Amino acid sequence: MGAEASKSKPDIGHQVLVCRGTGCESQKANLIYSNLQDEVRKHGLTGLVEVKFTGCHGLCQMGPTVVIMPAGTFYCNVQAEDVSEIVEADLMNGGHVERLLFVDPKSKEKVFDYRDMKFFNPQRRIVLRNCGFVNPEDIDDYISVGGYEGILKALRMSQVDVINEVKKSGLRGRGGGGFPTGMKWEFCHRSPGDQKYLICNADEGDPGAFMDRAVLEGDPHSVLEGMMIAGYAIGATKAYIYCRAEYPMAYERSLIAIEQATDRGYLGKNIFDSGFDFEIKLKLGAGAFVCGEETALMASIEGKRGMPNPRPPFPAVKGLFGKPTNINNVETFANIPVVMTKGGDWFASVGTERSKGTKVFALAGKINYSGLVEIPMGTPLKEIIEEIGGGIPNKRKFKAAQTGGPSGGCIPASHFETPMDYENLTQIGSIMGSGGLIVTDETTCMVDMARFFLTFTQKESCGKCVPCRLGTKKMLEILQDICAGRANMRDFNQLMELAEDIKGGSLCGLGQTAPNPVLSTIRYFRDEYEAHIINRECPARVCVDLIKFEVNEENCKMCGACFKACPAEAVTWVKKQPAVIDRDKCIKCRSCILACKYHAID
Amino acid sequence: MKEKLDQIFSRHHGTRDALIPVLQDIQAEYGYLPPEAMEAAARFCRVAPVEVYGVSTFYAQFKFSPVGRNLVMVCQGTACHVMGGARVLEEVQSRLGIRPGQTTADGRFTLETVACIGACALAPAMVVNKDTFGRVKPEKIMEMLNGSGS
Repeated sequence: MGAEASKSKPDIGHQVLVCRGTGCESQKANLIYSNLQDEVRKHGLTGLVEVKFTGCHGLCQMGPTVVIMPAGTFYCNVQAEDVSEIVEADLMNGGHVERLLFVDPKSKEKVFDYRDMKFFNPQRRIVLRNCGFVNPEDIDDYISVGGYEGILKALRMSQVDVINEVKKSGLRGRGGGGFPTGMKWEFCHRSPGDQKYLICNADEGDPGAFMDRAVLEGDPHSVLEGMMIAGYAIGATKAYIYCRAEYPMAYERSLIAIEQATDRGYLGKNIFDSGFDFEIKLKLGAGAFVCGEETALMASIEGKRGMPNPRPPFPAVKGLFGKPTNINNVETFANIPVVMTKGGDWFASVGTERSKGTKVFALAGKINYSGLVEIPMGTPLKEIIEEIGGGIPNKRKFKAAQTGGPSGGCIPASHFETPMDYENLTQIGSIMGSGGLIVTDETTCMVDMARFFLTFTQKESCGKCVPCRLGTKKMLEILQDICAGRANMRDFNQLMELAEDIKGGSLCGLGQTAPNPVLSTIRYFRDEYEAHIINRECPARVCVDLIKFEVNEENCKMCGACFKACPAEAVTWVKKQPAVIDRDKCIKCRSCILACKYHAID
Repeated sequence: MKEKLDQIFSRHHGTRDALIPVLQDIQAEYGYLPPEAMEAAARFCRVAPVEVYGVSTFYAQFKFSPVGRNLVMVCQGTACHVMGGARVLEEVQSRLGIRPGQTTADGRFTLETVACIGACALAPAMVVNKDTFGRVKPEKIMEMLNGSGS
């Protein structure tokens, strides 16, 4: 079809990378992988072409993806039927299957090398350096790209020197807290104890964040290596990875990685003949958001209800099984081998004054290209959304970006230029959090958004402390009333009072941050709350109880989109006439509102 | 049942910290936690039965009644919420005639919601058994259910 033949000889040294992360796998990437292997064999290319499956490339939106290296040809939305064409046109004849190439949304030109794509080009990949390039189930592949050099270097240094290198890098915890990693290690290193523990927090519970999943699925050995270095530095010989139950593939691939590293003697007694013992066990979570909190996570590993405990004592003093324990997040650990091999100074050269390195964001929601993006700290939000993410679909307007999930807040259009780092996000009332970045447009109701997050935190509140257990419930009731048009301004004031009290009075991070989405949306979108309460109107047309389901004849462009979208045959429309909705037939499904481009349904 | 339980227990140390993995293995075997198995787990991990009950009811993963042959999980995460996950759930509910946590009368489907499966780039998403479906269109739901369900 679109193949152009320029060479007749097969190229030597092609690598075909098939993404098999959760996103692509859900669209049958496994079939593409096996078809590719068959075709390569059939055409006698075995030995000339290597077909390899990898973890996530990041551009989940265009999956399943296949990348041909070294040319960097990036094929999007590949189906199993396309495989023979890719093999014949590209691998055998050196051309391209043009219809599968990525098309730049602005210039409308085909992109031949993924490195020229606006999605990848501005990115700086440290954490995701191997994701999409190495086979996550093959330790040799990780070693071939310099894997396990960091731990070898660390073992030749003193524990204190390793900690100092991490301190020099300026790396801060990527799980959300942002606490300096080197300092955390130092506390645990200095804490006296015959047995110390290390924990990798892979209980990525924030709805809307999936970078930890992608790292464990795409490059699990980098996490193991980071853990080894941390274990050596603080003197912990036993370690756990606490993985979320909802991530079966991440669990499976971590398990394989641990087995392979153990078989090699990289884990176990006297690793790399250094005299240092280090073992990693994998624990599967059982579905409790609060277990992302350090003390609750440790209780869960001990086989108890995952409820948090007051700090102090801090885990570094009295943690898992009462012993000094250090907990870091997946993304933090994945940075460590690079800090070791390239040095703390190099790492600190990336990012801003107080936020060093990069951050992986999970870009999703109302955005053209959703997926995983890794950018230097300090990159403006505008660049992430307009350049990397390709802007908002359907010509709608950017309204706000929600960061930090249920613990975070929103960044409104007025802060579109904000450089994304820990300090700036805190200052504008949001948080970095684990890196979820949900984009919303004018069809998203901010009150409904706040209600959504409160529903989540209320359900996940463990019930141990009163402010969180009862306070979030009361807050949620008020929000539900606002969305249903039953609330007055007294309720609204009570909502704000409760929010402050719960923030100040809760035992752990879950409760202390639960009111953030409410406070942040009130700060920037107070008018929307007032519209719900005073005018009994939902400006974004999301809260069903406040929608009249009437066509606004002034705005109606008589296009008939609502008529075609209605599943209940409640809309009547004839050409050049405004549509009419029969409210007896209307099932209030909002299909018409979603279809209307002119905001013409009240 | 005793044989199967002994097989599960042989994979673990009989200590407190093995309790959750043991319960997970029991659920993988039976699809839920039968009362007798919970009591056996209590003896094996050397904790009181009430502790086992307390721990298992705390975590969302554990079930206390048999589930259907196919597990349908509709994602209600943030990205799915923004992209219309609530409508997907409504549609599945009305098609199957059950609410989250319930099983169809013929024992074919159990419906559940999940806070986020991390497939945010493919929102709205749902999972049927081990298959993940992205960008779910409400009108295609029956196809997905029939295609994956046994």
